[in-house]
Amino acid sequence: MNLKPTRLRMCGNWVLDRFPLAQVWNEHMAHYYAPKNFNFWYFFGSLALLVLANQFITGILLTMNYKPDAKFAFDSVEYIMRDVNWGWLVRYMHSTGASAFFIVIYMHMFRGLLYGSFKQPRELIWIFGMLLFVALMAEAFMGYLLPWGQMSYWGAQVIISLFSAIPVVGDDLALWIRGDYVISDATLNRFFAFHVIAVPLVLVLLVFMHIVALHEVGSNNPDGVDIKKSKDPWGHPTDGIPFHPYYTVKDVVGVAVFLIFFATVIFYMPEMGGYFLEHANFIPADPMKTPEHIAPVWYFTPFYSILRAIPDKFAGVIGMGGAIVVLFLLPWLDRGKVKSIRYRGGIYKKALMLFVVSFIALGYLGTQPVTPLATVMARIFTAYYFGFFLLMPIYTRWEKLKPVPNHITMQPTLEERLPEMKAVFDEVTLVTDGENSKRGFNPTGAKNVLIRTAKNLKESLD
Amino acid sequence: MIDETVDKSKRQFLTTALTVVGAVGTGYLAVPFLSQMQPSVKAMAAGAPVEVDISKIEEGQLIRVAWRGKPVWVLQRSPETLETLKTLDGQLRDPQSNESEQPATSKNPARSMKPEIFVAVGLCTHLGCSPTFRPEVAPHDLGADWKGGFFCPCHGSWFDLAGRVYKGVPAPTNLEIPPYRYVTDTLIIVGEEEKTA
Repeated sequence: MNLKPTRLRMCGNWVLDRFPLAQVWNEHMAHYYAPKNFNFWYFFGSLALLVLANQFITGILLTMNYKPDAKFAFDSVEYIMRDVNWGWLVRYMHSTGASAFFIVIYMHMFRGLLYGSFKQPRELIWIFGMLLFVALMAEAFMGYLLPWGQMSYWGAQVIISLFSAIPVVGDDLALWIRGDYVISDATLNRFFAFHVIAVPLVLVLLVFMHIVALHEVGSNNPDGVDIKKSKDPWGHPTDGIPFHPYYTVKDVVGVAVFLIFFATVIFYMPEMGGYFLEHANFIPADPMKTPEHIAPVWYFTPFYSILRAIPDKFAGVIGMGGAIVVLFLLPWLDRGKVKSIRYRGGIYKKALMLFVVSFIALGYLGTQPVTPLATVMARIFTAYYFGFFLLMPIYTRWEKLKPVPNHITMQPTLEERLPEMKAVFDEVTLVTDGENSKRGFNPTGAKNVLIRTAKNLKESLD
Repeated sequence: MIDETVDKSKRQFLTTALTVVGAVGTGYLAVPFLSQMQPSVKAMAAGAPVEVDISKIEEGQLIRVAWRGKPVWVLQRSPETLETLKTLDGQLRDPQSNESEQPATSKNPARSMKPEIFVAVGLCTHLGCSPTFRPEVAPHDLGADWKGGFFCPCHGSWFDLAGRVYKGVPAPTNLEIPPYRYVTDTLIIVGEEEKTA
């Protein structure tokens, strides 16, 4: 039987003869083999792409009504919020998207710390990712000036003044960035240009390089096992599954869950209690008066805390910049031979746990006013932040590593763990009295459960 | 084989020459591109001096005027304030204003032309926030050591009522004093220096 190709198919073939669409699709989706044990932490890469797309679409819509002019900027944002059809939705999607972007990226980076995704051979992926992070911070910072509110103005004043701390060229550099002696219309205009054109282009280019580099060496996984070591007769990794359809479908679930949270914030708490959109930013910029309490948006506060903790202008700026530079050096600071935290020694687990605590604490302190106690706390956590990275070459050598399996291990699913969870539940809530047992709080059972948990925790941290 | 017949040194010369010419060309192009981000002629020209009528300022009162887009404070200080200022030297980083920016006429302990009228650019020398005016002594949030002065809410820098910075805070130098001169006893011009004969 000889079927005549349809017109549609002929059109398709005409394109495929001239453009390697199928080849690109196969290489990066249908025939890209990813480890089969991706867990929760592996949603954040694709979620970052989703948020990027959200920022592009809503951002383009916002530029249609926004005016990058010191006289009109604040009012044009209010105009978008009040008079433009669905303007409030687009604006809140964009502002919430900015915070969501950082949540997703911080989770994505933490995943790297958990499973050693920055280690050989993925150093360049990490470097591209860090460059993305820096570009993202620049993008967020410049975007925050555009509404021309009090926080926009004074936040930009502080951040641009950071450059003036650089010896010799600092003042000229700050002047060059502002394009005026103070933050003014010139500054607003150029930040608009950077925010809507220059930095987004850099972001897209870096995302492309990040993914090309990833697909060259392949994805890491929660076991840190190289899946290319064992292949089936067709040359596919036995521990791998094609990205499409397996992970595209899985990521759709992640997207759905993410969107539930995202929509909840947009519709019910778009300002997030002053953390996503700060209260002072609903007052137009006033160059004569700094708000009583100024703090950057939450995603900058850990670094801002480090800046405030150091009682010297130049050293503070160096500390703040250094906090980001050390992240770039991570692949070479960590001397541990094992990638995944599952098989790493307790010392790294404890160090990482304390690092998370200090990062969150610095973030919290950065949102609070300066008090003597807060300053001391910030100094301790700053010391810990740097200690985690700079002492890494030493303490990662002392690690007692656990044997790494040759193949990916599959963790029990939630369903498989149900009987075990029920047993624990019974132990705590079943009181046995002779032959009868009835529901009620069982202190000995609870004690046993607590002791077992503590023992397990201690074992895993040793 | 083929290599033997090719004069690689000529290729090398052309490659090097092209690279050098290209780099020089890029350098020349970078000048207008980078330079156009400098303040424009208009921005440099805006900076006209401003007149401030000080006849209505009461003792202990501070007024703000805009000069070159920056806040400039004019404060009338009481004799008690001036007395307090003299006792602070030990706690200050630069009590004699040797490292700080001010016109020669204001380089004195009170940092002003006439001791009772204090004129300063109201921007913290740390990262450019505008400090808050806190003339009261020992308020509960600043502690018993506070003798009245300017407190920067951004990063916690302390200045006394002569704009002199305390030790152990992030700001490196005293508040900047702008050039200003007295036209009459009750009128000053900010942005113009006293003409020295």
